Amino acid sequence: MSRMDVCVVACAELFRGDGEILASPMGPVPSLGARLARRTFEPDLVLSDGEATLLTADGQPEGWLPYRAVFDVVAHGRRHVVMGANQIDRYGNQNISCIGPHQAPKRQLLGVRGAPGNTVNHRTSYWVPKHSPRVFVPAVDVVSGVGYDRDGGPFHDVYRVVTNLCVLDFGGPGHAMRVVSVHQGVTVDEVVEQTGFPLAIDDPPVTREPTAEELAVLRELDPAR
Amino acid sequence: MDKRMTADEVVSTLSDGMTIGIGGWGSRRKPMALVRAILRSGLKDLTVVSYGGPDLGLLCAAGKVRKAVYGFVSLDSIPYDPYFRRARESGAIEVREFDEGMLQTGLRAAAHRLPFLPIRAGLGSDVLTNDPSLRTVRSPYEDGEELVAMPALHLDVALVHLNRADRRGNARYLGPDPYFDDLFCLAADKRYVSCESIVDDIADGGPPQTLLLNRMMVDGVVATPHGAHFTSCVPDYGRDEKFQETYAEGEWESFADRYLSGDEAAYQKAVA
Repeated sequence: MSRMDVCVVACAELFRGDGEILASPMGPVPSLGARLARRTFEPDLVLSDGEATLLTADGQPEGWLPYRAVFDVVAHGRRHVVMGANQIDRYGNQNISCIGPHQAPKRQLLGVRGAPGNTVNHRTSYWVPKHSPRVFVPAVDVVSGVGYDRDGGPFHDVYRVVTNLCVLDFGGPGHAMRVVSVHQGVTVDEVVEQTGFPLAIDDPPVTREPTAEELAVLRELDPAR
Repeated sequence: MDKRMTADEVVSTLSDGMTIGIGGWGSRRKPMALVRAILRSGLKDLTVVSYGGPDLGLLCAAGKVRKAVYGFVSLDSIPYDPYFRRARESGAIEVREFDEGMLQTGLRAAAHRLPFLPIRAGLGSDVLTNDPSLRTVRSPYEDGEELVAMPALHLDVALVHLNRADRRGNARYLGPDPYFDDLFCLAADKRYVSCESIVDDIADGGPPQTLLLNRMMVDGVVATPHGAHFTSCVPDYGRDEKFQETYAEGEWESFADRYLSGDEAAYQKAVA
């Protein structure tokens, strides 16, 4: 069992209880996590091939979801997206647009993409592969995904952040970021050191490890791992 | 009516300062032969509206863009386009950056001849603060919810690439996703579709629901075999990943010199 397995399981856990909704994991670790969740405790999750086709757990087409239909699902709300974040702050504001002022960026990134719409329409989580003060900043340069200290409207629901070190949520005072669990082999001090703002910390447990069954499923889903 | 044209004839109808919508998505089914024809022209100061990929990157690299209107710019398998980045980081272009659903809503408003359409996306984000021209609107019904009043994104011209078309402008996509090509056409005054091939009988070759564009939506049809290269145009061909990597190295002078100094036939020969 590796640290990456723990991260994949933590990403799978994001979808626990979601039921029959569209899981939209961005990137390989959240994707593997979503597929693991569907194969184990969340069998009704709906997943696409990354383009316009919905696939069953056996890889058979079961639906058509071109981008225009994805936008409908976003507005309809039956979706849980796991996005990346070039920057994220204490209240869950996320930036994927650019570094520096938007009028004169130091580094252009993707653009806000679907982050503004996702975060005001349905549950949103984040995956950060390298937890560092460069990502966990006191204030993001461009609010792409909306956090708890802004008015995200009636459907705003930023759930959790999974990183290579820990799992976080927004259960601290005033929806501030809180440590939910710390991965095996990581200390709370390390998490604090790699975070550019104060975290709510209340003796967090160790992130759960993959079960034997989950490891077997992971070997099947990702033989190259 | 026979609407067949050449790519250069399409470009000859364009003028400096126009707002041009480009179909496709990221590095997928982009009307690259039409983009390359713009690169060969003297056009400048364009406003380009796009789910951005190398279309926007190339036009920025060639100094054709005054303003970019987009939700993202990405090469899909490579996250960032080097030339769009450079244009942004050097301050060479203005931008309007929207949530990708806002972009669709703005095109839809233009297509429906409405001044705006409401959408929830954008609320609370810096999309609104970075573009002070954007306004919100309050629901006149009991809920009284505040929503973004997404302004119509009216296009002078739409450029899209589909798999097949007939000479009258009916056009078919064969891949998994229509993207927003029909919406781009409905939002534009003039609509030009390039395609892999022009067929005599468009009824052959797929079910009617794959006929994304009908001739009311199209002013000109251009046969540009391999014309989406190096973006994907499945099932005719996938993305040319190796070539895209060369593009993404960001060596504009040598790239332009090697691939863009001649016409489309020379380009196709150079990339074959």
